[in-house]
Amino acid sequence: MGKIVGGIGLSHVPSVGPVVDRHRTQEAAWKPLFDAYVPVREWLAKLKPDVAIVVYNDHAADFSFDKYPTFALGVADRYPIGDEGFGTRPLPEVKGDLDLSIHLSESLIYEHEFDLTLCQEIAVEHGFLVPMNLCFPHMKDAWPVRAIPLQVNVVQHPLPTARRCWRLGQALRAAVEAYPADARVVVMGTGGMSHQLQGKRFGFMNEKFDQWFMDRLEAAPEELATITHQKIMEEAGAEAVELIMWLTMRGAARGKRVDRHYYAPMTTGMGLVTFEG
Amino acid sequence: MGRQVTGAIPDTSVFDLRLSLRGKRLNRLCAALCSPAERDAFKRDEEACMSRFGLTDEEKALIRNRDFKGLIEAGTNIYYLLKIGSVTGNGLYQMGAQMRGETYQQFLATRKISDAR
Repeated sequence: MGKIVGGIGLSHVPSVGPVVDRHRTQEAAWKPLFDAYVPVREWLAKLKPDVAIVVYNDHAADFSFDKYPTFALGVADRYPIGDEGFGTRPLPEVKGDLDLSIHLSESLIYEHEFDLTLCQEIAVEHGFLVPMNLCFPHMKDAWPVRAIPLQVNVVQHPLPTARRCWRLGQALRAAVEAYPADARVVVMGTGGMSHQLQGKRFGFMNEKFDQWFMDRLEAAPEELATITHQKIMEEAGAEAVELIMWLTMRGAARGKRVDRHYYAPMTTGMGLVTFEG
Repeated sequence: MGRQVTGAIPDTSVFDLRLSLRGKRLNRLCAALCSPAERDAFKRDEEACMSRFGLTDEEKALIRNRDFKGLIEAGTNIYYLLKIGSVTGNGLYQMGAQMRGETYQQFLATRKISDAR
């Protein structure tokens, strides 16, 4: 049977990619971030997940506004590394889990009435890869887990509501639990915490909001899911709406909180919070 | 639940459908820059590239002038802007400094740990 063994909320800051690729993780400016993942990796090693479902957003590497899905699920046995305008990172392609993807598609659409866009090809980029780098360091030719991308529109308004994202997480949990084969699944809800990358308010951050968000995500996620995009953008910056994807993770991972960390050196609140399944 | 975006936020652009439609040509050009061949073509002949994507004279001027604030206002999505930034040698923080009306050094001085880049 399928089982949600853990959930991780974390930020997917693009600058982390080259830091990994150029072996700069132990530099003073970056060490606090990478050190925070040491206990997370130890926890994951004990959980022995088979698959990571990565709830993320594309940043114009593979999806375009010509046709822009609200929720898009990868249904492939492999996901190549995308080029988001700066070249393709030297990473192994990501192995998918086609059987689980097909099961999730059928369960989410028939049982839970989430009308997903189903994608036979997705080139994955930093929104997906940075969380993978942080939690599941890759070997030379492969990643230690299979992974399934679940891409959410958090870029072109109207976005799905925070509550819809929360409910998608609940449905995802039920769908995984209804999977007839054995699969230990970790759900990752990714996205920068407070940040704004445009306008005169570029660089805006709000640690108080970010800490409050992690408090509520732990203690009262269903209530947190009533938050509006307006409130997130006013208090945490326009690009902080990515946080609604953390609620999908929490809808799926309902257990106790394990780790928590926060680091905001430059322009994005980099949060990290883990939950038992 | 009602409306999710209820009012203007100072010094902030909310990328909605109207803005996205306004920026369609600019965003299509930027999306093409995910291909190494298109990046080379842009670097070789920026004017030809802009014409090929049907940019208006005003849009071309924004790119010529590296006017990142203007490009956002013209409907370029921030994640697309990063691609035009990269191909013209302007990273996110350089573009951000310009949008704030500061020099790069002034902007870096406002950060907690500016080596984290």
